[in-house]
Amino acid sequence: MNILHVLFKTSIGKKVAMAVTGFILFGFVIGHLSGNLQIFAHPDKINGYAHLLESLGPALWVIRLFLIVTVVVHIWVAVQLTFENRAARPDGYQKQITLRATLASRYMRWSGFVVLAFIVYHILHFTVRVTHGPGAYPMTVLADGTVVRDVHSMMVLGFQNPLLATCYLISVGLLSWHLRHGLVSMFQSIGLRTRPWSRFLERVSVIFCVLYFLGNALIVVAAMTGQIRIQNPLVAGYACRDACDVCGAINTEAIVENVDVAKDNQS
Amino acid sequence: MNVKLRVWRQKNNDTEGGFENYEAKDLNPNMSFLEMLDVVNENLTDDGSDPIAFAYDCREGICGTCSCMIDGKPHGPETGVATCQTYMRSFKDGDTITVEPFKAKAFPIVKDLVTDREAFDKIQQAGGFVSVRTGAAPDANAIPIGKDIADLAMDAAACIGCGACVAACKNSSAMLFVSAKAGQLNLLPQGQPEKDTRVLNMVASMDEAGFGNCTNQYECSAACPKLISEEFFSKLNRDYMKASVKTLFKAKAL
Amino acid sequence: MILDPKIPEGPLADKWKNHVDHGKLVNPANKRKYEIIIVGSGLAGASAAATLGELGYSVKCFSFHDSPRRAHSIAAQGGINAAKNYQNDGDSVYRLFYDTIKGGDYRSREANVHRLAEVSTNIIDQCVAQGVPFAREYGGTLSNRSFGGAQVSRTFYARGQTGQQLLLGAYSALSRQIGLGTVEMFCNQEMLELVVVNGEAKGIITRNVNTGEIQRHSAHAVVLGTGGYGNVFNLSTYARNSNATAAWRAHRKGATFANPCYTQIHPTCIPVSGDYQSKLTLMSESLRNDGRIWAPEKVGDKRPPNEIPEDERDYYLERKYPSFGNLAPRDISSRAAKEACDEGRGVGETGLGVYLDFSDAIKRLGEDTIRERYGNLFAIYKEITNESAYETPMRIYPAVHYTMGGLWVDYNLMSNLPGLFVMGEANFSDHGANRLGASALMQGLADGYFVLPNTLPHYLADVPREPAPSIDGPEFVAAEGEVMERTGKFLNNNGTKSVKSFHKRLGEIMWNYCGMARTKEGLEKAIELIQQLREEFWRDVRVPGEGKELNQALEQAGRVADFLELGELMCRDALAREESCGGHFRDEHQYPDGEAMRDDEAFAHVAAWEFKGENEVPERHVEPLDYEETKFTTRSYK
Repeated sequence: MNILHVLFKTSIGKKVAMAVTGFILFGFVIGHLSGNLQIFAHPDKINGYAHLLESLGPALWVIRLFLIVTVVVHIWVAVQLTFENRAARPDGYQKQITLRATLASRYMRWSGFVVLAFIVYHILHFTVRVTHGPGAYPMTVLADGTVVRDVHSMMVLGFQNPLLATCYLISVGLLSWHLRHGLVSMFQSIGLRTRPWSRFLERVSVIFCVLYFLGNALIVVAAMTGQIRIQNPLVAGYACRDACDVCGAINTEAIVENVDVAKDNQS
Repeated sequence: MNVKLRVWRQKNNDTEGGFENYEAKDLNPNMSFLEMLDVVNENLTDDGSDPIAFAYDCREGICGTCSCMIDGKPHGPETGVATCQTYMRSFKDGDTITVEPFKAKAFPIVKDLVTDREAFDKIQQAGGFVSVRTGAAPDANAIPIGKDIADLAMDAAACIGCGACVAACKNSSAMLFVSAKAGQLNLLPQGQPEKDTRVLNMVASMDEAGFGNCTNQYECSAACPKLISEEFFSKLNRDYMKASVKTLFKAKAL
Repeated sequence: MILDPKIPEGPLADKWKNHVDHGKLVNPANKRKYEIIIVGSGLAGASAAATLGELGYSVKCFSFHDSPRRAHSIAAQGGINAAKNYQNDGDSVYRLFYDTIKGGDYRSREANVHRLAEVSTNIIDQCVAQGVPFAREYGGTLSNRSFGGAQVSRTFYARGQTGQQLLLGAYSALSRQIGLGTVEMFCNQEMLELVVVNGEAKGIITRNVNTGEIQRHSAHAVVLGTGGYGNVFNLSTYARNSNATAAWRAHRKGATFANPCYTQIHPTCIPVSGDYQSKLTLMSESLRNDGRIWAPEKVGDKRPPNEIPEDERDYYLERKYPSFGNLAPRDISSRAAKEACDEGRGVGETGLGVYLDFSDAIKRLGEDTIRERYGNLFAIYKEITNESAYETPMRIYPAVHYTMGGLWVDYNLMSNLPGLFVMGEANFSDHGANRLGASALMQGLADGYFVLPNTLPHYLADVPREPAPSIDGPEFVAAEGEVMERTGKFLNNNGTKSVKSFHKRLGEIMWNYCGMARTKEGLEKAIELIQQLREEFWRDVRVPGEGKELNQALEQAGRVADFLELGELMCRDALAREESCGGHFRDEHQYPDGEAMRDDEAFAHVAAWEFKGENEVPERHVEPLDYEETKFTTRSYK
């Protein structure tokens, strides 16, 4: 028997495929959130981090491809399972009540759809950068003079848009909800939800999902309430702060000039 | 007490079914639900109509024959009982009760409220046994089994094979049945030699029968007349993946 | 007719071994050429089918259920006896043998009972190896409990679901053979006729209950494991669909029916609550360890139990049987309850019930202890009656629960009709006039796993190695014709009364005149009433629906028609047996203190009835019972 057959052709195998891809994606969103939380530090921190990721080159593409494949498999198997499940009862009941299934578990498909739509938009917004016109994607210079994408400003700009912020909150909320069922399910499907710790697992997963949501929401709230501000003078239209000697300039023109010089040097 | 019934009537699996309305009058609240149907059937017979076909046998909750979806829940509103142990006092005077058969692709309808659950037998035939020749068994006390394991195996073995798990599951999955049956034997030392083939074959048979997939909502466990725990899923999944990986690498003892 | 039990030579303890040692065998290569039909998939049927299939025979197993696992063996609660002596309390094969003979009131065949006791230990080994989750001690060894009629702990159990677990064990073995192709399983097939070719049982006619299709099946031997006939009484602890049709059809084709009057009535069941009742539920006998049984002293006292003062209560078992008190044996306590109710002192809406009161035990031991001991039983009681036995006494009443009689078989389990074998509750052999608790499961599995697979070859070895008779033979055509004719009669009768109404009326006759206490006049009256009822049934029964579909009324009609004949035979047997023994109590035959009076001189025998034709008086044949090892003693529980 070959492993692909097990994972994609058997009922339990498919659930394991869901669990494993789910686990990878769960790891990814946790990593992503930790990255995002750097926004509370000096802008250079998150900008440097983003630059580091971008500069991985081919390795970045390997990671991206891996994630895309994971998402595709997760969705593909989910679709397959859904069709099979529908076929398993061609004529439904006239009346059927829910006994103990959680809301999260019953709306996995819908939370999944919304999250997928969000991911697509998110990629278009921040990775492909086509959704908001050139003004939304500023550059900045790190302390060592490297010119980098100003992710810090991109994020704050995004969250200052109330519509975007609301959509973001909804999507992240649904993702947390999706994880609420997904996390425990994941352990069940790979056979690790055992009696000694199943209740503990249940609670931990709730706490995890709440924390995940709060972590994301904190950034949005902070951005909206002005706790985190844009510090890129190019974007903000003023110098970041007095006596800043990063680029030696205290006005906008000087910054632009410095950036241009840096670009020339790089090329 | 009086109740109104909306009962699914279907001549056989090849014809369309539909609801018929009946009234059951002057009922004693201490009647069982099936006894109420008996009374309705007696009246139908007296009127010259075809009585409602419904499955029953032991009427004490152990044979697993009875199988009605009552007001949207397998076996009726109470927890941990079979249809035959549902009593009319669980309903209110004047209630309208919807009665449907257990429905799933793997459980074709025979007639009215009777479904064919042969798929369960097929799963059992695929691996729900320990291969031991009659007369070839060692002394019963030769294999000590801890009380905790024996009790857990008994928890799984309590399954009456009624199919409520499949009926309650939104996906018509048979995971509770299969995990309980395989779990019982896989927990015990007697079941170890065939552990891997057992799960592989039983799951293959389950898939072949056209049951849906588990989405870990555990409606099955809540509807189970013996309240068998969904914890056995985890064991089945684990045993299944272990067996698959072992087969993949053709693992042998050496 | 001479009924030869074919008991092997030699001392009692060596008979079975000698028999197996010297019996004829079938060559392994020839086994698959022999086809065996097994009807029934309960403990006996499933275990026999699995074992014979495993041995290499071509087995066809039939069940009217949708799955072999639904047979009523599944409902047995208490346990299974075996002479393992794991408790070191002095148990032995001999002691189990002796207890069973004594419990059966000296009306069973010694050699059969000894064999049963011998193989009992193998059953436990077999079941454990199959993965039956018997109760265990903390050290990992098997646990035992004690049961009525024995002074040792020899009962193995799996919570309150022993029958279920044993049946699932046998079912798993059967499933394995079905998967391997050695057993062909026919579910939803009800046997409606036996086919006899040249004086030997060679096939059956079945009806597919789902499609109505009538089929012919032939074989070299036919084995019945179709259970007991307690549903003659309509209300019983039997499953609603349990029936005697297979056995009765065989009887009509020539197999004699032995001791039909031996009926076990269990004292502690939940009483009937109304006219609609379909089923009686057993409450474990263990309740009598702590509960006190009483009825009001005054006739027609309708006060709630808690308002009846202590001095107006009659603890009749304690009064009549001071040394055994509430633990008097099943038949005695059942009869005493009936007497109280007959005097008009019964309780509950119907007046058919007595109290089983735990208030003293709760006072003495505390509610927690009682809950611990009987919590699950109290819960069942509450579920059915909606009353809490912690607050108000339970109401109990006796109910029919097992039939010791059945088709006559010899030591090889073959009936007087060659080629027809009968196992488990369907035969008459091992329990005499009364069965001990936890022995029914033992007998079913003993017959299926160990006895039949060793005795059937003795018969088959002499059967020519030719294919089984053709199903196109005249006997098959005729038998199918009979079935078609009967079915047609039911469907075209256009009567006015439902099958159920006849069943109910038959049950009332049987319960009133052939129940716990029987009299000559009563039985004679019952025979007359049953004949009238039977006549009315055939004239006025209404069976709705069609033959070519699932038609539950049609199934019931066939079963009730047979009950209407069997009921009469039971009364005839009870009438002819002018003594009281075990499950058969004749008012005329009792000691002045009300104890059963056996007549060992005149009735230490098996009465086997031969069918002589429709509405003809059957003929009573006798197989004398010789007791080599045991001596007659009178049971006394004073």
